[in-house]
Amino acid sequence: MKSRHRAMFSKPVKGRMRAPASNELRNANAERYAFQLRILAAALFVLTLFGCLLARFVWLQALQHEKYQTMAEANRISLVPVQPSRGIIKDRNGVVLAHNYSAYTLEITPSKLPDELEQSIERLNHIVEITPKDRRRFKKLMEETKEFESLPIKTRLTDEEVARFAANSYQFPGVEVKARLFRHYPLGELASHLIGYIGRINDKDIINLENAGETANYRGTDHIGKVGIEQFYEEQLHGTTGFEEVEIDSGGRAIRTLRRIQPTPGKNLVLSVDIKLQEIAEKAFGENNGSLVAIDPKTGGVLALVSKPGYDPNLFVDGIDPQNWKDLNESPDKPLNNRALRGTYPPGSTFKPFMALAALEGGFRTAGATIADPGFFWFGGHQFRDDKVGGHGMVDMYRSIVISCDTYYYSLASSMGIDNISHFMRLFDFGQPTGVDIDGEQPGVLPSQEWKKKRFKNPAQQKWYAGETISIGIGQGYNTYTPLQMAHATATLANNGVMFKPHLVQFIEDAGKGSRTPVEPTPVKTIPLKPENLAVIHRAMAGVIKEGTGARAFAGAQYEAAGKTGTAQVFSLKGAKYSESGTKKHLRDHAWFIAYAPASNPTIALAVLVENGGFGAATAAPIARQVLDFYLTGKAPTAPAINASDVENATDD
Amino acid sequence: MIKRLWDGIKRPVDPWLLVFTLMVLVLSVVVLYSASNRDMDKVTDKLTFMGIAVVTMWCVANISQQNLMRLALPAYLFAVLLLLGVQFFGVTSHGATRWLNIGVTRIQPSELMRIALPLMLAWYFHHFEANLNWRHFLVALLLMLIPVGLILKQPDLGTGLLIAASGFYILFFAGLPWKLIGLLVLAAGGVAYTVTHWDLCVHLLHEYQCRRVATMIDPMEDPLGAGYHIIQGTIAIGSGGLVGKGWLNGTQTHLDFIPERTTDFIFAVFGEEFGLAGNVVLLVMYLLVIARGLTIAMNASTLFGRLLAGSITLTFFTYAFVNMGMVSGILPVVGVPLPLVSYGGTSMLSILTGFGILMSIGRDRKLMKV
Repeated sequence: MKSRHRAMFSKPVKGRMRAPASNELRNANAERYAFQLRILAAALFVLTLFGCLLARFVWLQALQHEKYQTMAEANRISLVPVQPSRGIIKDRNGVVLAHNYSAYTLEITPSKLPDELEQSIERLNHIVEITPKDRRRFKKLMEETKEFESLPIKTRLTDEEVARFAANSYQFPGVEVKARLFRHYPLGELASHLIGYIGRINDKDIINLENAGETANYRGTDHIGKVGIEQFYEEQLHGTTGFEEVEIDSGGRAIRTLRRIQPTPGKNLVLSVDIKLQEIAEKAFGENNGSLVAIDPKTGGVLALVSKPGYDPNLFVDGIDPQNWKDLNESPDKPLNNRALRGTYPPGSTFKPFMALAALEGGFRTAGATIADPGFFWFGGHQFRDDKVGGHGMVDMYRSIVISCDTYYYSLASSMGIDNISHFMRLFDFGQPTGVDIDGEQPGVLPSQEWKKKRFKNPAQQKWYAGETISIGIGQGYNTYTPLQMAHATATLANNGVMFKPHLVQFIEDAGKGSRTPVEPTPVKTIPLKPENLAVIHRAMAGVIKEGTGARAFAGAQYEAAGKTGTAQVFSLKGAKYSESGTKKHLRDHAWFIAYAPASNPTIALAVLVENGGFGAATAAPIARQVLDFYLTGKAPTAPAINASDVENATDD
Repeated sequence: MIKRLWDGIKRPVDPWLLVFTLMVLVLSVVVLYSASNRDMDKVTDKLTFMGIAVVTMWCVANISQQNLMRLALPAYLFAVLLLLGVQFFGVTSHGATRWLNIGVTRIQPSELMRIALPLMLAWYFHHFEANLNWRHFLVALLLMLIPVGLILKQPDLGTGLLIAASGFYILFFAGLPWKLIGLLVLAAGGVAYTVTHWDLCVHLLHEYQCRRVATMIDPMEDPLGAGYHIIQGTIAIGSGGLVGKGWLNGTQTHLDFIPERTTDFIFAVFGEEFGLAGNVVLLVMYLLVIARGLTIAMNASTLFGRLLAGSITLTFFTYAFVNMGMVSGILPVVGVPLPLVSYGGTSMLSILTGFGILMSIGRDRKLMKV
């Protein structure tokens, strides 16, 4: 019933009205016949054209088969990418920090293997020794990359191994020996955190390359910079991939090269870092963890950038062995963490010179105004202690820095208020990335009322309490900065407020053209500071070295330095007296030292942080001494600046 | 309960068309696995596209012819509007403006036109069935030339010509006089003559289009440039021989000689690995699909159904013929995928939507007999 209804509607009503019923039927039949004729024509059309195709297939596949067979077998031209050699990295004196060397590797293309992977490796093992470590690493590589790529099972073959495999290669389709360029870091752990390393391109890198439109240039490249300079300057170091047109045989092996478009090698980098200075700085830490950043205040060039402990970057180049990875990743010393950029610590008393300068600039104190220090500061019913029981007596600004008087800064912070402090400190880039040419910088925290509002969700916690400002005055409380930020601020102070962006690369060399492009110092800004105020701070910081908390570490120095010690609390003692021997090592205070020298015309500014080093004067200052000695007088130390017993016996700040 | 559900599912389906289609689809997955170098991601994607497209086909098959007719005019106007939008706000890529950015993704309105134009023309002729005369053909020609012109202007010669073909098939089945058809064939011959003669060609078409034609005539002219596709595709098919080199064993395929081997040139992979025997099997499968489509057209209850089914079927044939002809070197390289086999979701979706319409037309006929 329903269907009939539909059928009626499907006929146009108009036509029916005009023509008599019998006519319509005849017309419909005639129409249908005409249509069937057309369908027949269409079928013929289809068959004819498919017939043409069939004829073409017969021609190609039956009659001309041999011709095409020969063409497929013999004459095949393939475009093979030629990897550019990666730029080398040198220190300011031309000492090579990262370079390439050519070596043979044994590579497997898993999809081309005739049998199971395990069996193939087992058979290979009879020809060339494959260690369990090689196998583990290969497995990890397999998981990280696409199946049809060729992956190294064993790198750095000896000539004998190459010869042995070559004689047996016919047994191993899908396995081949390839000559490849390897990245090598000849200095091992030294400067590992600043140089970084390259590693095999993984899926994430591929996405980044695709987004940057660089995929074509990375055909034939297996490695990419992962951290440090190697990552930051990837574009310059990599170069441009070339191509080779090669004739290949039916097995895919190259027979001869027809044409070659040379790759453009990557550019070399010359760092501002002095690797000898870096070495002395690293050795000065002894067995301690920590960080040191030394900057040329006149250019922003980084002279040394230490993060202890380091690691051997060579482990990463061909894919790291899972055991090594586990060791590095799970060590409580966190050797993979670049403390110079990523470690944030309260600045402790090294914050005081900046506080004093803020007070002078803002008119909160004069240099001559003195306070009587009873050894504590009362605020809101709470006692803020100075670490000298009974107090320092009468203290003016000079003495407050030289002897590191806490009470002076408790009261100063209290009268300045948090927003005046944070506003001034922002000028020195505290609490923001410095823009150094290594990725991954932590901003740290420069606290302010606004920061606290953003930081906490709970309205009760969002309010800034005046009591919280007090401990900011001595560099404790919420504020935390990286050693790089401390060095950067110290360099800016040493340079009388003229700030340069810290950078590690000094020249970019084009080895092909033999040209050198200097990386110009980037002036960031000039902080408007009154010369007379700066003079007060410079004199006080020189006083720290001459007669204050830094005097012992700098006894007998042949130059005038200026500095400030500091100790950053790790652990709140809640009123109890802090004692080094009674506190576990990982809860012990961090030792700080900032310095610049020569005091009259600084050529180096630095910040030292010794993790759980106790008092800055005892552990951090001696490290700075060795670094400054070498940089200014060329004197190399004979032993680490500090050892375990120094840390145990450190007593005064 | 389950039986009723099952009946509900299979009610709109034309079993023959479904079986023939599935045969081609199964074959396509087998070829793709080899063409993509055993890339399971691509195979999974393809299976997902297939799933979506088959469900879409079923949904479209459920639409009655009355509703298809009601959709014709709005769908056509909408598609023309989108094409106009491409002219003014389109996204340009590789020198062609074919896409519209709709926020989440880019769409290619010419794909919608592949369905909308035959739908519109079939409805138009059906509407004026009783007193068709030459004026109606003229109007239909105009309805066809508007979108075709817009697509050619993008420029997209391949799609433009194929959509023109789908419109022409409607005119053909609607009774375009044989004399006129003869004239058109002559005109087409003239066009073919023009494009194969470089000097004439560059006056009328884009240079890259002329180069494609010139390269087809003599691929060795430019063996590493535009001729590379044709040479390598021809070598692959020719070296396949009578029974092929075997699945996963095509050297042209696996040594990276065939460009775009999962999409437009997948037939070269097939021809290399399965040889003449495989090609004949594929031709037969396509013929079965086409034969079923023409049968549905022949038995359709309405003029609308007849015209639409005929056009969809012949358009499907045209895609298959043009792709295989281009890969085997008897037609110029135009970006046309091998229907149902090439990797790519949009093409599969529009083909199976067409098959859904075929099933809808076939079903109405069945209901009428009851």
